[in-house]
Amino acid sequence: MSANVEIDFTLNGVGRRVSVTPGMSALTLLRDVLDLTGTKYGCGEGECGACTIRVDGVTVNSCLMFAVDCDGREVVTIEGLASDPRAQRLQQKFVEHGAVQCGFCTPGLVMQANHLLDVHPHPGAAEVQRGIEGNLCRCTGYKKIVEAIQDSGSESVRSELTL
Amino acid sequence: MTDQQKSYSDPISYAAPRTLDEAAALLSAGNVTVLAGGTDLMPQTQSGKVKFKPLLMNVRRVAGLGGIAEAAGTIRIGALATITELLQSELVRDRLGILWQACEHFASDQIRNAATIGGNVCNASPAGDTLVPLLALNARVLLVSKPNGALVERRLPLAGFFVAPGRSQLAASELLAAVEVPLPPRGFAGEFFKFGTRPGLDISAISMALGGVRENRTLRDVRVAFGAVAPTPIRGPKTEAALEGRTLDAAAIETAVAAALADIRPISDVRATDWYRRELVGNLLRRMLSHVCER
Repeated sequence: MSANVEIDFTLNGVGRRVSVTPGMSALTLLRDVLDLTGTKYGCGEGECGACTIRVDGVTVNSCLMFAVDCDGREVVTIEGLASDPRAQRLQQKFVEHGAVQCGFCTPGLVMQANHLLDVHPHPGAAEVQRGIEGNLCRCTGYKKIVEAIQDSGSESVRSELTL
Repeated sequence: MTDQQKSYSDPISYAAPRTLDEAAALLSAGNVTVLAGGTDLMPQTQSGKVKFKPLLMNVRRVAGLGGIAEAAGTIRIGALATITELLQSELVRDRLGILWQACEHFASDQIRNAATIGGNVCNASPAGDTLVPLLALNARVLLVSKPNGALVERRLPLAGFFVAPGRSQLAASELLAAVEVPLPPRGFAGEFFKFGTRPGLDISAISMALGGVRENRTLRDVRVAFGAVAPTPIRGPKTEAALEGRTLDAAAIETAVAAALADIRPISDVRATDWYRRELVGNLLRRMLSHVCER
């Protein structure tokens, strides 16, 4: 039997203390323990990016991260982007460009696109394609997603999360 | 997943030491699985390929295991340096170009942000992306243990460190603290090439690094290494000898290709047949050498 580990971390700006097993993934912690189901389980092995979250200012696959490693860190999920001005603009551009079909990849793509705009505020198509190479979409063929992200970067909207 | 499988795939306890001394002491007691970025450990343990030891030790909070710095002609890359940190390092980009190129081709942004160089080395995959340029750069590993109450350091050249797929000379009681790369001579330049069906995320069907100091149409201090064409990443001594100091004309390039095919021992697996790997190595070496000639 595994002994549970108590961890303290910041989740979407709020301090949390939870008890996790040592082998649990951050994705399982978010979805099954904390009921934050915006972060999706796609492949479980880092290939698809549906589980993308932001940890200490960079994006990671939450399915590959151990929940215990959240201890002391600042975690942002798609729910935490809901009121962020730039993420709202991204969301709006995804809608305008028809970049959402089944929608399963969308939270991960918005997380990754938001991070991409931190690094490249006005990305070209090649930069967008490179930035989202870890995110799979099986519906859209990516064209509309790339256009939506580029369009989001056409005007500067400051993210309140940018470190 | 049933409860039985769950407990089977979970370590019994967890530790997150803050100092190298503490980490080495825990390791010397044995039965420890080391966690850094987790990007390999998680899928390996989830699939059952690797079973957890009773103690999961997270080394991410150990002081002094990060950073990239140069001192006395050696670039020290802390084991916890992430692939993203290597890409952001001017020192790596300017002096260790082939390693920087390999980092550019490494997985995806999300994985580069988490994966560490120490993890890539300890995982000892025959296809490990950073291992091929590190071999070509004559890198060493710095291993730390605490056998009799005092910290002991051991340095091993990366050539010879890998013994089989997933296996290296790292002892169960040792922690990889850093990768040390002697500064290549001024003018040393080269190329890293990786072939897979999806550019970044795919595990390489083959990878190659070639470097040297160019003088007119010849290369000096030639270093060649290959990935995914043998049970471990390997240097290509026959290829290097075929190229060293030779004028890079068509005949020299074909001699080098023949030497490369003698250096490698590819197998057929899900990613490619041995025949295809040989074709790739030959064609890519020709392409890299013609790039070198054109510069």
